[in-house]
Amino acid sequence: MNEGKTVKVVFSIRRFIPEKDSAPHYENYDVDVEPGMTILDSLHQIKERVDSTLSWRFSCRMGVCGSCAMLINGRPALACNTQVLDISNTAITLAPLPNFDIVRDLVPDLAPLFKKHIEIKPFIVGPEEDTGEKELFGEYIQTPEELTQYLQFTYCIKCGACMAACPTFATDPDYNGPQPLAQAQRYNSDTRDAGFEERKKAVGGAHGAFRCHYAGECSNVCPKGVDPARAIQLLKRSLVLDYLKLRKDTGRASIKGAPENATRREEIPDPPPFTVEQK
Amino acid sequence: MKEARNWTWQIITGVVILFCGALHMITVHMDDILGWYNPAGGKAIEWANVAARSADTTSMVIYIILLGATLYHGLYGIRNIVFELRPSAGIEKLVTVLLWLAGLGLFAIGFYGAVALKMA
Repeated sequence: MNEGKTVKVVFSIRRFIPEKDSAPHYENYDVDVEPGMTILDSLHQIKERVDSTLSWRFSCRMGVCGSCAMLINGRPALACNTQVLDISNTAITLAPLPNFDIVRDLVPDLAPLFKKHIEIKPFIVGPEEDTGEKELFGEYIQTPEELTQYLQFTYCIKCGACMAACPTFATDPDYNGPQPLAQAQRYNSDTRDAGFEERKKAVGGAHGAFRCHYAGECSNVCPKGVDPARAIQLLKRSLVLDYLKLRKDTGRASIKGAPENATRREEIPDPPPFTVEQK
Repeated sequence: MKEARNWTWQIITGVVILFCGALHMITVHMDDILGWYNPAGGKAIEWANVAARSADTTSMVIYIILLGATLYHGLYGIRNIVFELRPSAGIEKLVTVLLWLAGLGLFAIGFYGAVALKMA
């Protein structure tokens, strides 16, 4: 049941089809916007009813995959998470995320983001010594307090909005950028990780964490509340303390091995048999 | 890592400038209120007082520290600005070397001036 009026909103969208356009240009589309419609809904309406050549990325349509990040009225945001009438009831301007090359229309080339992300080793790095089977089949012991040190930074969905908003990344494409640096801090502050020394090389260089001027725009635009600006300042602090040999090494989280000689409790039933032959 | 070292000294020199610079500003510009260190009486910026402060070992040391901190802080800031223009690796090295030479040269001149005034 529709509550509220349908409003005609003009969508001014930056188009660029490399095969036929020499340069990006804006095209206008009228969209009948109902209350509750998101930018993503509007793009679908345009593609279905007006111009099927319009291209953009989307997937989950619920703000968890990060695919649909774009510039909405001059601000990086997720199209699926942004209601049209919250922005304007007359005109919306859409463009691809800045600071990236354009593949087509609203589709940026995010390969540089993913390359920088990989460089900071975005995974739990194990210790040099072989901890054997205990690590493979055991369980890390981590307190709730230890979890809160990095939990916020795990919310990152790699949408690229922070990279698009960063003024340093705008002028220095070699700069790591807010997303990789925040993820470096995410793993450095995880007690299960032993990769600080390895990540230092990736984030402590001439285009690393120290190029951040703390503009804070990355945190302003992050749709998941990661606060990458804060993560970068914490990372800088840890690098400075490490240089001064004052960084506290709290040691790696201990591992609780799988129980030996464990038996199934009687009240827990056996799993049902397979219905197809197992090879 | 070099950049961690450079940034650490940027923080340290920033704090030093805050402290020593504040001392300098207060001494020279708030003499009407505080009357600090005007051994010759009158205004702080009168030559007699400047000479008296220059002849004092503590003042000389503070000014030399302030000189070094300001040169490092300012020239490292310039280096950062230049680096954000993304010069080639060779130009980056050249800029670093030139700024070090400029900094050391200016420090030497200032150091000489401070010591010479003390000895005068």
